Amino acid sequence: MEGGATGERPRERKVTPMEWRRKHVLGLADFSAEEIEFVIDTARSMEDVLTRDIKKVPALRGKTVVNLFFEASTRTRTSFEIAGKRLSADVVNFSSAVSSVAKGETLLDTAKNINAMMPSIIVMRHPASGAAQFLSRHVSCSIINAGDGSNEHPTQGLLDLYAVIKAKGKVKGLKISIIGDILHSRVVRSNLHSLGRMGADLWLCGPGTLVPREMGRSGATVTNDIREAVRDADVVMMLRIQLERQKTAYFPSLREYARNYGLNSEVFSLAKKDAVIMHPGPINRGVELSDTLADSSQSIILNQVESGVAIRMALLYLLAGGHNAAR
Amino acid sequence: MKKSGKKLILDTKGVDRVLSRLTHEILEKNKGAEEIVLVGICSGGVPLSRVIQGKIQSIEGVEVPAGYVDITLYRDDLSRAGYQPRLKRTEIPFSIDDKKVVLVDDVLFTGRTIRAAMDALIDFGRPKNIQLAVLIDRGHRELPIRADYVGRNVPTARAETVEVLVGEETEEWKVVLRESAPGKGK
Amino acid sequence: MLLVKGGRVIDPESGRDEVGSLLIADGKVADFLPGGEAPGTFDGTVVDAAGKWVLPGLIDMHVHLRDPGFEWKEDIQSGTAAAASGGFTSVVCMANTSPVNDHPEVTRYIREKAASLGTANVFPVAAVTHGQNGKEMTDFSELFEAGAIAFSDDGSPVRSALVLRRALEYAKAFDFLIMEHAEDHELSEGGAANEGWTAHRLGIPGIPSAAEEIAIARDILLARLTGGRIHIQHISTKMGVDLLRMAKRAGLRVTGETAPHYFTLTDAAIEGYNTHAKMNPPLRGEEDRMAILEGIVDGTIDAIASDHAPHDEYTKRCEFIAASNGIIGLETALPLSMALLAGGRVTPARLVELLSTTPARILGIKEKGTLRKGADGDVTIVDPDAEWEFRESDVRSKSRNSPFFGWKMRGRAVAVLCRGRVTHSLGEGVSPDA
Repeated sequence: MEGGATGERPRERKVTPMEWRRKHVLGLADFSAEEIEFVIDTARSMEDVLTRDIKKVPALRGKTVVNLFFEASTRTRTSFEIAGKRLSADVVNFSSAVSSVAKGETLLDTAKNINAMMPSIIVMRHPASGAAQFLSRHVSCSIINAGDGSNEHPTQGLLDLYAVIKAKGKVKGLKISIIGDILHSRVVRSNLHSLGRMGADLWLCGPGTLVPREMGRSGATVTNDIREAVRDADVVMMLRIQLERQKTAYFPSLREYARNYGLNSEVFSLAKKDAVIMHPGPINRGVELSDTLADSSQSIILNQVESGVAIRMALLYLLAGGHNAAR
Repeated sequence: MKKSGKKLILDTKGVDRVLSRLTHEILEKNKGAEEIVLVGICSGGVPLSRVIQGKIQSIEGVEVPAGYVDITLYRDDLSRAGYQPRLKRTEIPFSIDDKKVVLVDDVLFTGRTIRAAMDALIDFGRPKNIQLAVLIDRGHRELPIRADYVGRNVPTARAETVEVLVGEETEEWKVVLRESAPGKGK
Repeated sequence: MLLVKGGRVIDPESGRDEVGSLLIADGKVADFLPGGEAPGTFDGTVVDAAGKWVLPGLIDMHVHLRDPGFEWKEDIQSGTAAAASGGFTSVVCMANTSPVNDHPEVTRYIREKAASLGTANVFPVAAVTHGQNGKEMTDFSELFEAGAIAFSDDGSPVRSALVLRRALEYAKAFDFLIMEHAEDHELSEGGAANEGWTAHRLGIPGIPSAAEEIAIARDILLARLTGGRIHIQHISTKMGVDLLRMAKRAGLRVTGETAPHYFTLTDAAIEGYNTHAKMNPPLRGEEDRMAILEGIVDGTIDAIASDHAPHDEYTKRCEFIAASNGIIGLETALPLSMALLAGGRVTPARLVELLSTTPARILGIKEKGTLRKGADGDVTIVDPDAEWEFRESDVRSKSRNSPFFGWKMRGRAVAVLCRGRVTHSLGEGVSPDA
């Protein structure tokens, strides 16, 4: 936001005296607006670091961050790895493929083993909802949830918010439509908290099988009509259709899906002129998002990725203080 | 707070005189303003570097580049804090390669902040040299660091604090020595 | 000889609700002596029941004793100790053991072990199908002779409507009872909590009410088709109660039970991924809970059974989706049920029906569920005003999977007689018989 400043006195941002007391980042469900702003603020400073030639600071020197991934995810893992390394932490990757209903002791035993190696922070992705919360009750280090089942993906929720702020300068009052597999999406659940708490007018859209009726209780508007969702929207966020998660089909075919719930230029023309397109990635081009739109100037998909590193740096930095002092 | 526990070291006029002298020293030592860039250390050094920039302008007629650096991410005591300090911004929107960088801070104490600031600067480029200007040197160094330009040497006890207070809008300055640490200050 | 002296004797089966004393001799109810005064001299144990309720021994018609096969979770000795401590004199144990109780040898093993080590009567339920595989029927009459009291594949439903039809038709000739765990597995597959806002918010795959209700409807229609006798287990939904009500109005031979957690808790209890609130069927919404209460009040629901399901700690100390289903219930069923009395819509006599009289009738145990002269000397003495806290350290079960620790309870079994033997006593002067 304050990219091209000219050596003038630091603008005084409205700074509420706030102390970061959180040991874990498990989800955004219990984040206050103030805390969210604090993270975004910290991420801005981290982004300063990312614009330099030497994109590295010694803040987390001597600390170990373990990426504990029970689900394949090159992007999120890489983003955390880069974030950790930019802060001079030692980053160790631990990947383990498990089925979605893994035996409980596997997770706990694995995590306890890693905990015994004295990391400062475990960044965990796991196919079971609540896995991060569960783990936080049994280890002494900090936990960052990098996605747990269909529950939350808090860093994605924060980076999406950050990307919207950078693109639009604000969030309050914007019509933001999230379209796709709402039922299984942890991105949606975190975004409901991050974008929702900052005052966005949220819309959720998808086929009836993938948008539970009860989702209306989240405060978002629920619709099965993509045109209604996109009309006058400021931000349109498309979700990846995950065919691999579907045992029994939720819709007849990808072709049928693309026809009704894919974003193409014609549908997108209903949005505001300056609307932007987001996607947590990876994109199924031609399914939920047309090739042209994905690469258009209105797509801020790569800005999301960029924001992701800054947000993750901010959280790693914030969690490395205080209680983690001894580790 | 006891009134007796507070001692005024410099007022607005005093600060202005000291900074005028510092500016002259900087210009004298560097034989003019050429190649000089100013970098204030957040937060206390930033307004001081603005004043020095202004004085150079009025003496030499040139506007030297001025930026600021937040050294939080370079601190060596992050883990000791009860919680992580709020980050401030760093803005050095010019190249410092082959420049004479004058770091500006309000109070020189243990020297650890200066060490961190030098590390940060070196991440931005390769300056010809780094010089240090401080308003107050209160002693108690823990690292082999000394200032090139010192506004005022103030002998202090360790437990005492020196506060440099700047008025929000008006250019009012106040340098105060306190008996015990109320939390902030250096 | 034993005298339960001066208590309020509540026995719906004989229509009695008055203060008096019960004389127990040779393990049977020998006499009832009206009034607070009992014979001045009595040569035997006296249990002072003044201010207490004297009830026919409580019968829990749905428990898992985990014996044989999972004795580290529970065994017949610990399970019946928990039963006695909770006020129960009889328990009906399900067949999902290892091996499954689908063979007379297993049935006999349970009966014999219970007879030698148990502190409650144990009535085994045998499986409907071999290995509970849902395919071939077990030898019903041979199992019955070995001591099976009913048939159920509980843990799972009998998935095939055809197999269940045959089982009902075949059992009808012997008037055997089939108990059904009502669940449509295709609809519930992968689910771990009630499909509703809480589960959606937590990202837990849901089990819709319809998964249970479709199965209940199927079971009722098969009872109608065959004229067989079926008992619907652990009803948890509003429509489930409505279906049962409809079946009863139609004069079908269908009965149904619920468990205390379904009228005490809702799916809000899973908040924070609390695995101690994970069970199958899952805890439902508030509307369902209210409907269960209504079904209890209007007589649609015949019985309260605990669905006592012991699990060792590590199967609950894990991710929600991976955690075992079920909670222990023998030691909380009575006080949680007594909470129903507070509103006044459930009378003490109705409570006794739910926990003793009707289970005995459904199961066809004539000598239990009543305090008539000549009935078995199974007596539960309850202090309706006892206030106590349910603590983990008090648990007699081998397992500790309960969401009710720390709960303040009102009402408690202070003494229990099983066939004239004292199996539980909190009072002074009376100690459990060796």
